[in-house]
Amino acid sequence: MTEKSKQIVHTDAWHQLKSFTRARIAIGRVGSSLPTKEVLDFGLSHAMARDAVHLPLDINALEKNIQAQGFSTLRAKSMAADRATYLLRPDWGRRLQEQSLVNLQNLSQPKPIDFLIVVGDGLSSLAVARHAAPLLAEMRHYLPSDWHTGHVVIASQARVAIGDEIGQALSAKMVVMLIGERPGLSSPDSLGIYLTYNPKLGLSDADRNCISNVRPEGLQYDAAAKKLIWLAKEAMRIKVTGVALKDESDVLEIGTQTKLT
Amino acid sequence: MGYHYQVGTQTYQFVDLKAVLAKATPARSGDYLAGVAAETYAERMAARMCLAQIPLKTFLQDLIIPYESDEVTRLIIDTHDKDAFAEISHLTVGDFRDWLLSDFADTTSLKRISNGITPEMAAAVSKLMRNQDLILVAKKCHVTTAFRNTIGLPGRLSVRLQPNHPTDDMRGIAASMLDGLLYGAGDAVIGINPATDSLPALMDLYYLVDEVINQYEIPTQSCILTHVTNQIQLIERGAPVDLVFQSIAGTEKANKSFGIDIALLKEAQSAALSLNRGTVGNNVMYFETGQGSALSGNANFGVDQQTCEARAYAVARHLSPLLTNTVVGFIGPEYLYDGKQIIRAGLEDHFCGKLLGVPLGCDVCYTNHAEADQDDMDTLMTLLATAGLTFIMGIPGADDIMLNYQTTSFHDALYLRKVLGLKAAPEFEIWLKKMQIMDASGHVRPIEQAHHMLQNMPKHLLSAA
Repeated sequence: MTEKSKQIVHTDAWHQLKSFTRARIAIGRVGSSLPTKEVLDFGLSHAMARDAVHLPLDINALEKNIQAQGFSTLRAKSMAADRATYLLRPDWGRRLQEQSLVNLQNLSQPKPIDFLIVVGDGLSSLAVARHAAPLLAEMRHYLPSDWHTGHVVIASQARVAIGDEIGQALSAKMVVMLIGERPGLSSPDSLGIYLTYNPKLGLSDADRNCISNVRPEGLQYDAAAKKLIWLAKEAMRIKVTGVALKDESDVLEIGTQTKLT
Repeated sequence: MGYHYQVGTQTYQFVDLKAVLAKATPARSGDYLAGVAAETYAERMAARMCLAQIPLKTFLQDLIIPYESDEVTRLIIDTHDKDAFAEISHLTVGDFRDWLLSDFADTTSLKRISNGITPEMAAAVSKLMRNQDLILVAKKCHVTTAFRNTIGLPGRLSVRLQPNHPTDDMRGIAASMLDGLLYGAGDAVIGINPATDSLPALMDLYYLVDEVINQYEIPTQSCILTHVTNQIQLIERGAPVDLVFQSIAGTEKANKSFGIDIALLKEAQSAALSLNRGTVGNNVMYFETGQGSALSGNANFGVDQQTCEARAYAVARHLSPLLTNTVVGFIGPEYLYDGKQIIRAGLEDHFCGKLLGVPLGCDVCYTNHAEADQDDMDTLMTLLATAGLTFIMGIPGADDIMLNYQTTSFHDALYLRKVLGLKAAPEFEIWLKKMQIMDASGHVRPIEQAHHMLQNMPKHLLSAA
């Protein structure tokens, strides 16, 4: 800020309250309008969120990172051919493109899959690029050794429910979907986790359990992995996910409280 | 009953009234998603020309959602005021547009006929209107309501202070609340979207806002935007509830997907009225709506999303709300794709609401996957405030960190008040001046550290002082 603009910009006397919230409080004003600095900060945040939605996921790079964690990978596409179609037709993002479906159905599997992992770009390729591989690395620590995971499926132009069709095609007992969440202004890279037991076409959100806001500034990888595997073990035991499966991982393991921001 | 319209040698067929309405609607993604939109530009204009010739009376007989299967239709028909309708009963939809824009339609006559207009008539005529028509007619409609202050007077623009926090942190909420109050916001309501569903935690939020309102003696009202059944339970447990909130939609099935029906809303209204907490009025309800909600609940029955939205205002009107808020850009690009569609929808909703006598405000907003930005929001808020909008949202820096979307800021409200010469609700305006937040000419004053409200912070913030 230059000397001259200091006289024009009113700062707010309640600065110290910023320590209680990440909301944009006490941002000052020029007349009654936003100071230049705030307009530019907001613009940058919006630009990051827009890029998160529109930049295509670098699938080659993601595959390498996932394989580095000891998982093999497969690719699949939704019925939405491009981003514009994806945004206008959420129903197409939930279904597999015909060739992808055939490929999955024809895959020869040595043994049945207990816990299928699908990674989908969703609404934030940034979230997936940044957090999918590190989260998988943490999940490795908690996965029961007798659970067969098969390949990790990387789905593009994907919505959450595409995991159901993929899981059904591969006859998986359970599917976990790691997917980019709708970017917020202060959270362009939030990863969401959706767990569905006995995946098949036609399920609704009431049939899944969700863990949200996975990223270093939100729910940490380790805490998210622990919570997910706790839910997955419970789901395996009671053979259901969704409203009937209550997340009590925090109650049972006091001291692992997560820092939600 | 089928409808048709001939343009040159081509005859356009429409299977029923709702098809005419849907195909006459300005293009928007949600109607394409629903498969009800016009397929060509010419078909859209043919539908409008067809619609212009349909008598208003038709909407009382040719019901777009059957009377037998939908309680919103029954409400619309059973509460229709035939005397109020008499004055316009001879008009077609096209004539009705002319009448609304003419000088015969002034504030008094518009109020007189309001209960004779059904949502379908309002939606129909809006489809023939340009944006400037929607602004001009809405501006002539005055809808005034009251609780602890008076909302909707001409020349006034109120603000809902929305101090959300992603984990309902009391200090975080109190900090945003203080920020908003010191920027002159909060006369419509101080309304929190809680992250929690837990009744004890919700109770704490009620007490937090109530204490702030009492401590500074603010002539305004509070609201916690949780499910109506939670609010009824909390009233029974003694919570200081001012306004009861609920999301509503325009069909019985869509409302069912929200877990409500009209009887439940009536019950909530009675519960809130029993507390008798209003001082200058008794409008105790706060509703939120938005185009696309019926389709997203798979409950639109082939009706276009704007007509469904107008039907939600019939539900609102029945419950005499203090405020009704169309949350216009929140639902996402599959319903309203870009700035153009969001702007048009905001103007339509405000027009239909006001024509039907509902105190309509607008959450002028967008999500990051919509083709919209702050410039679009500036355009829409300026147009709506010009049209006499009842209230907008006020969020620190326009960034809601709990709901992850961009809406309007305290600064935006000050901009509108300054550019258009608008004022806060009168009781609140007096308070702002008394608290030396606003000067005699209506501008916000510099707030020093010595200001009363910073020296006497809400108890949740005292440790920060």
